[in-house]
Amino acid sequence: MTAVVRFARHHLLTAYALLALAYLLLPIAVVVLFSFNNPNGRFNYTWQGFTLKNWGDPFGVPGLWPALQTSLEIAALVALGATALGTLIALALVRYGFRGRGAANIFIFLPMATPEIVMGASLLSLFLAINFQTGFWTIVIAHITFDISYVVTTVRARLVGFDRHLEEAAMDLYANSWTTFWRVTLPLIAPGVLSALLLSFALSIDDFVITNFNSGTEVTFPLFVWGAARVGVPPQVNVVGSIIFFAAIGLMLLNVVRQRRPQRAAAPATATATVS
Amino acid sequence: MSATADVRLERVTKHFEDVVAVDDLSLEIPSGSFFAMLGPSGCGKTTTLRMIGGFEQPSEGRIFLGESDVTGLPPYRRAVNTVFQSYALFPHLSLFENVAFGLRRKGVKGDEVKKRTREMLELVGLGGFEKRRPRQLSGGQQQRVALARALVNRPRVLLLDEPLGALDLKLRRQMQLELKRIQNELKITFVHVTHDQEEAMSMADQIAIMNGGRIEQLGGPADLYEKPATAFVAGFLGASNLLDGEVCGADAVRIADGTVLRVAAGALAGRTGGSVAVGVRPEKLRLDASGVNVLRGTVTETSYVGVSTQYIVETPAADLVVYVQNAAPGAGTLAPGSAVSLSFDPEVAFVVDHV
Ligand SMILES: Nc1ncnc2c1ncn2[C@@H]1O[C@H](COP(=O)(O)OP(=O)(O)O)[C@@H](O)[C@H]1O
Ligand SMILES: [Mg+2]
Repeated sequence: MTAVVRFARHHLLTAYALLALAYLLLPIAVVVLFSFNNPNGRFNYTWQGFTLKNWGDPFGVPGLWPALQTSLEIAALVALGATALGTLIALALVRYGFRGRGAANIFIFLPMATPEIVMGASLLSLFLAINFQTGFWTIVIAHITFDISYVVTTVRARLVGFDRHLEEAAMDLYANSWTTFWRVTLPLIAPGVLSALLLSFALSIDDFVITNFNSGTEVTFPLFVWGAARVGVPPQVNVVGSIIFFAAIGLMLLNVVRQRRPQRAAAPATATATVS
Repeated sequence: MSATADVRLERVTKHFEDVVAVDDLSLEIPSGSFFAMLGPSGCGKTTTLRMIGGFEQPSEGRIFLGESDVTGLPPYRRAVNTVFQSYALFPHLSLFENVAFGLRRKGVKGDEVKKRTREMLELVGLGGFEKRRPRQLSGGQQQRVALARALVNRPRVLLLDEPLGALDLKLRRQMQLELKRIQNELKITFVHVTHDQEEAMSMADQIAIMNGGRIEQLGGPADLYEKPATAFVAGFLGASNLLDGEVCGADAVRIADGTVLRVAAGALAGRTGGSVAVGVRPEKLRLDASGVNVLRGTVTETSYVGVSTQYIVETPAADLVVYVQNAAPGAGTLAPGSAVSLSFDPEVAFVVDHV
């Protein structure tokens, strides 16, 4: 009896997991599928026939390539800026007891909790108030503002449980604070910093709402797609979307493989006293 | 000030908010010695060591390494190295790079780094392990790497904070001998913090017994054991019997039951009156009346532990612990209830203030 229950429960769980996965992946599958569509009108909404011509010429739509390029440039700047600032903030929040640390901890979460539409609108009114021309740089600033929260959260997770004696040991061995940071602290929190870098890159590439408020005349990839959708979405949008999706999956798999390898090497190790 | 002190603390105090971790402590550690700081948990040993290493700054007082005042200097500008209790090996570096870390920071040339690092790994018995990562080693091996990483820099002083605390008993004994051997070989001053009295006694030339942020007594292991200056030291280093009494002469103390005990001249250290306690170690009490000071009592407990038999004898003054060596086979043990005489000579007794 119990065996039957266990069997049912086990397989129900599997079925449930598969359904959930299908629910998650179906829209993406549609995007990929329709990148091979050969629509006869301007809209890529109904299946007409299979073709490779969209993949052969992904940037054949005027404006798509410059928009993508702008998005990539912004995302690169944002990822570097937000990761550098956020990592330092995380270090300060975990390491130093200073006046207002509690408040700083809360403020860091605010951008994540604030509705994007509110954040976008208030940033715009700020830029207007100080007479700052909206465009490329206001997008960068806006993206860094909300990405910092994610970076701080990611890096902080890595810093909690970091053995402070490691830094003391480095200083004991003649490394000054600067060398200690580069030789010991940073290498040890590197996985967290790398995750933060990728995450902020992805969040920036993807953002529409806040960008839409603060872009001026600049067109990013999401803004381009939005604009195109009103007059007809070319299948090339699906191609670029698919490329971005597969690139992200590829990076993720790479990260998993990279993190697996040292673990396997360490498998025969015995008790360890150090925290890694 | 002695010219041969490697470390000198001058009236050092350390507060953490309202906790006084180290209280007006002065100390000189002779060059080349194996110096132990021994005391119960929380007595300020680690804080003292961290102030010598530069990880904490004293609230008051000054710290000297040799002739130079290092108070206020960061760790990387002090010629001392530390073996941390958690070892604190860099998990992302190989053993070689762990050990070479200090040399590289000091700008030692590549060939020299290679040579000295190899030599040092050899010295601690880890030759050939250069490429391993710390987590691929056992606790004992990690301990050796931590030692090598510190010693390769040829520090003036090596600081060790309970370095053997994480090892099992057998490995700990083995590492004690090894540490002693390495210290003999390199002649570097070792400052060893521990709460294990046996470890301190067997390794150190000099021991500072600490209590409540102060040094209770400083001396060689035998001095401290034979002539503890306070009841705390007597109790912390092994077992002892304390008989409360009043000073009643230049070398005499009258204890609770009226018996007058003779103590060595000088044991009273100039006291001419007041409450004191006369102390005798359990192995120095004899089960006969042949000594100068004799007490009579009844055996209440007997336990045979192989090398010796331990008795608890009830006397009018106090319950006393007695260890009798089982030198001759079949010496036989006294049953509880037996009436016995206990005696000891003045030279084996010590006197501490009444607690
Ligand atoms: N960083 C610190 N902050 C607050 N109190 C501390 C700190 N370090 C040590 N103490 C306190 O100082 C006292 C001495 O501690 P410590 O030097 O670690 O003792 P030991 O090493 O002899 O066990 C203890 O009461 C401890 O709680
Ligand atoms: Mg300690």
